[in-house]
Amino acid sequence: MSDVLILGPQFRFPNLRDALTRAGLSGPIATITAGWQEREGELAALEEHLGEPVRDLRLYERAEAVFNQDAELHETHQRRQADLRRLQELYRVRLSHQKAAARELLAMDDDSEPMRSARRAALSAIRRLDAEHLKAIRRIHLRWDSQLGVRTRPVLARQLAELEHLVEKARVVCLAGGHVAVLLNRLRLFGLERLLRARPVVAWSAGAMAVSERIVLFHDHPPQGAGNAELFEAGLGLVRGTVFLPHAASRLALGDRDRVSLLARRLSPAACVTLDDGSLLHWHRSRLVACANSSQLKRTGGTTALVMPR
Amino acid sequence: MSRTPKETTLPAIDVPAEIDALQHVSRSPIVDPGGVTFVYRGAADAVNLRLWIHGLPATQPFERVGETDLWVLRVELPENSRIEYKFAVLRDGCEEWILDPMNPLRAEDPFGANSVAQGHGYARPDWTVSDGQARAGAIDEFTVHSAALGDERHIGVYVPARFRRSRHYPLLIVHDGFDYVRYADLRVVLDNLIHRLEIPPLIAAFTQSPDRLEEYSGHEGHARFVAVEIPDLLQHSFPLRASPAARGLIGASFGAVASLHAAWRYPGAFGRLALQSGSFAFADIGHHRRSPTFDPVARFVNEFRRRPGRPAERMYLSCGIYESLIYENRSLVPLLRHHGIEVRYEEVRDGHNWENWRDRLQSALTWLFPGPLWMIYE
Repeated sequence: MSDVLILGPQFRFPNLRDALTRAGLSGPIATITAGWQEREGELAALEEHLGEPVRDLRLYERAEAVFNQDAELHETHQRRQADLRRLQELYRVRLSHQKAAARELLAMDDDSEPMRSARRAALSAIRRLDAEHLKAIRRIHLRWDSQLGVRTRPVLARQLAELEHLVEKARVVCLAGGHVAVLLNRLRLFGLERLLRARPVVAWSAGAMAVSERIVLFHDHPPQGAGNAELFEAGLGLVRGTVFLPHAASRLALGDRDRVSLLARRLSPAACVTLDDGSLLHWHRSRLVACANSSQLKRTGGTTALVMPR
Repeated sequence: MSRTPKETTLPAIDVPAEIDALQHVSRSPIVDPGGVTFVYRGAADAVNLRLWIHGLPATQPFERVGETDLWVLRVELPENSRIEYKFAVLRDGCEEWILDPMNPLRAEDPFGANSVAQGHGYARPDWTVSDGQARAGAIDEFTVHSAALGDERHIGVYVPARFRRSRHYPLLIVHDGFDYVRYADLRVVLDNLIHRLEIPPLIAAFTQSPDRLEEYSGHEGHARFVAVEIPDLLQHSFPLRASPAARGLIGASFGAVASLHAAWRYPGAFGRLALQSGSFAFADIGHHRRSPTFDPVARFVNEFRRRPGRPAERMYLSCGIYESLIYENRSLVPLLRHHGIEVRYEEVRDGHNWENWRDRLQSALTWLFPGPLWMIYE
């Protein structure tokens, strides 16, 4: 496993160039901006920040071309996405009840043993639901992979060959943020996990989520709904044991100890790590070697600044 | 818009004991957790508070403080309330309605301006204020010919920032759209909510009727203009999503009646409706209690209540509890739900005015068109 750098959002106070310098990484740089959808490849701001041109892999555009060329693949892909959406809806229904029960128990002013036991059981139920959900997602992927795989589709194989060539010419691959589902979907479609494991990768926001093991969608105060963080997918797993929470400062009620505690305990043993402006985490050969401006959610509620282990 | 409050008798309200302190105040009203104290300084024979709050007298007299030129009136006002008012100053037999000279807060509407009292706990939502981070959309204006109305009409089209022809957008048609922009900061709100990912980038069409009481009260030509002609016209110029779930109508007061009527007359044209303080006059038996202006509205609403059908899949309704229309709006909600419509209904401590409608836009628009908030991490 090569170097992996995880950063916070880049659009207001970018620290990408500084992060590359600190990690001793330099171009040529390939970018994946599929999460920007129709704006994919609009790289002027990024190139200005880096002070050098970059080459975008155009995964969003390639996927559209592939779907246009292979109608059967497109239809199969759409059916799989419909299955995944339905699964997520059903999971959400069950999750809302489990979360409501856990929150109600946590809010009660009672520290008796029966209450502690009830709280543990409520948390376990959520963790079981999350695990079941992830398994069900994997089953759907397995069911469709034989029909959607690169090996069975010449049109995908051709695109992958081009992508391999482009990635080989790059010394660093950057995964930008954006729409996490679209980004992950395109990474999977073209089977880029193997290529990314062989190169230094810098990923921020949705890009960071996509290279983690588990992707959790979250917002504690949305304009509609209860704001239940939900497990969405398994990521590429380039970084293990960590759930990334981009824009945590604005999206999470970090001052609400019960909410923070519930999320941290629900996702343990993974560390829930915030990514905001200026955040930087650097893994070298799977070992965390640098971190800045990032916090970890505590199981007891609240956050603690992430520091390097001694 | 009806502004005829019901007359009732108020319980006596004490003027605060700290009269001396009032001599030095420079801002009115003085807000406390239980209410507000209005202060007027000037020569007068009498001073009255004029306000449009259903359930309170339209006129409430100030009390003169001793032999001074200071006049005060305390009004009970629940938490988070917002009310609009004027002072009626009687001097030498002449009454003049004026804005509160010591209150910089004003709300404008097509009839002029009122002073605004914000009760304890009220805060203007931050998403209604221009955000430097939010990219601004553009508003283009067109004159179009409407065959249904036999007339030329001026419409505005809001195009979101970072518009792409390769993308397909939801369409929101806004009755009194230019008023929404001017008095309810709709353009700022759209920019902000899109920036916050709370609604998707969308195209909004602003209409403005030259005779809204006529055209908004069950008018066939206007319904066709809104439900058929505008979407057809825009479909040629903008990449619009075609499904009813991506078509919305919004309106306030009579504009809400026009919205419901157009969606009812053209089922399937709109999947999303936002009806703010709708003037939904009706009568279960006999004649409605409002002015003759409401006769065509009541004919439509009575007919709608008999056979509502399913004018939209999802609706947002709101009404201020200080409005006389609260009964009509409340009455509509169970009927809509009974017919399988997903309804979000909100009551707020506010009156029949544009700032009330402004403050509800986040709830309304995110209910109609939820944005990609959960999916996008930039």
